[in-house]
Amino acid sequence: MQIPAEFSYERATSIDHALELLKSHGPETLLLAGGHSLLPMMKLRLARPECLIDINDLHELDFISSDGDRLRIGALTRHRALAESEEVARHFPIITDAERVIADPVVRNRGTIGGSLCQADPAEDLSTVCGTLRAEVVIRGPDGERTIPMVELHRGPYETTVAHGEILTEIRLPIRPGAGSAYEKVERRVGDWAIAAAGAAVWLDDGRIADAGVGLTAVGLDRGTATRAEEALRGRAPGDDVFAEAARLAAEDCDPVSDQRGPADYKRHLAGELVTRALRRATARALGQESTT
Amino acid sequence: MKVAMTVNGQEATADVEPRTLLVHFLRETLGLTGTHWGCDTSNCGVCVVLMDGEPVKSCTVLAAMASGHDVTTVEGMERDGQLDPVQQGFMECHGLQCGFCTSGMMLTARALLDRNPDPTDDEIREAISGQICRCTGYATIVRSVRWAAAHPAQQEAAAT
Ligand SMILES: Cc1cc2nc3c(=O)[nH]c(=O)nc-3n(C[C@H](O)[C@H](O)[C@H](O)COP(=O)(O)OP(=O)(O)OC[C@H]3O[C@@H](n4cnc5c(N)ncnc54)[C@H](O)[C@@H]3O)c2cc1C
Ligand code: FES
Ligand code: FES
Repeated sequence: MQIPAEFSYERATSIDHALELLKSHGPETLLLAGGHSLLPMMKLRLARPECLIDINDLHELDFISSDGDRLRIGALTRHRALAESEEVARHFPIITDAERVIADPVVRNRGTIGGSLCQADPAEDLSTVCGTLRAEVVIRGPDGERTIPMVELHRGPYETTVAHGEILTEIRLPIRPGAGSAYEKVERRVGDWAIAAAGAAVWLDDGRIADAGVGLTAVGLDRGTATRAEEALRGRAPGDDVFAEAARLAAEDCDPVSDQRGPADYKRHLAGELVTRALRRATARALGQESTT
Repeated sequence: MKVAMTVNGQEATADVEPRTLLVHFLRETLGLTGTHWGCDTSNCGVCVVLMDGEPVKSCTVLAAMASGHDVTTVEGMERDGQLDPVQQGFMECHGLQCGFCTSGMMLTARALLDRNPDPTDDEIREAISGQICRCTGYATIVRSVRWAAAHPAQQEAAAT
């Protein structure tokens, strides 16, 4: 029987209350969102907090809203809500793509976007998605709020720049014209973590790629972002030759390891192939040539 | 710590350790062994119960997190001596062999039918895709849920 080691439990009633609780408890205190990464880790003693602060009652962090220029997503928004949101699908079909293949529907009832990003697992799909979309994340602490780009959230695997005493409260995604995005993942079986996955976003202007985002999941790419591939796309007319060049650069820049999900050379091959497919679909969507549902 | 939740329509309160998982609270503290416990790693789905009407894997929820919420287990599916149409469907269509996955499958099916009274085979397969059955090959489970969807009681409930 897998049971976590002993800990004390507190339930926060508001963001301010959660901040107070964090302050009054020691550094070995963790926030508990959906618990679908943290509790399995605690069962295996890979995490051993002395105190958990349950934030599931913070409905103020469970929202999806757009204010014209950006889509704002509360940290406690569940995978399920993201998967089913029409507003999300309209602006960022990459999120809908990813949510269809993150875990399974029952896990998606509990897991949250904030927990996903703060878990900082290199195989976490939403980290790649948010990086690709140039998201900003809002972090609240005792001294107020700070906003940082998604790519600065992760310090490394399982490590973030959210300090003890702070809470990730919100994810902000810029809504820009001419946009199309897509996510492509290959897994061993339904509901599994990625063998490899790629996210792509393009912003077209006058038939050219004004800007592009390319990200990779689970293949050891620094910060999950393929910067050289993005540069290769900028200013070019979209087409298979340009995508192939971007895919080649992304595959070159990643550093997959061989494990039970597959050998490194296979994963590198997948990385390139999935970047190409994601770019094709993202572009078709930007041009209105594919329905986003 | 004290937890208090509604389980199958009745108040359940108990003193538990914060680390008590919902699955063990249901099985051991309340003696409701219809909820099964299998992989312990959020993968197999035999521990699925409904929390506020939605399926969750109870091996990955603390009893403390369920406090204040409404939990339904397989023991709560029967109403006034009448089996839920989903339960009848599983009997009629051989939706089970060993029965290990069955309570979780039936609860997920119930939640699906509550939102979508006439699901397609694909929608049923998607809904149960986080739950493993080692016996049936799933075909008879899908058939059982279709049977339940076509049941007069289910259609009446959908119409109201
Ligand atoms: C069987 C299974 C399969 C899965 N498959 C996939 C998959 O294919 N792809 C994928 O991307 N994910 C997958 N997941 C992970 C799933 O998406 C998790 O739900 C998610 O990683 C964590 O979200 P959570 O809300 O459960 O976080 P929790 O487990 O509650 O928390 C995770 C970490 O984040 C911290 N935290 C949580 N919220 C905040 C906050 N607001 N501010 C600061 N810190 C916070 C916690 O302290 C903890 O350290 C899978 C999980 C399971 C159980
Ligand atoms: S025991 Fe909970 S998912 Fe297997
Ligand atoms: S009936 Fe035996 S596991 Fe499903």
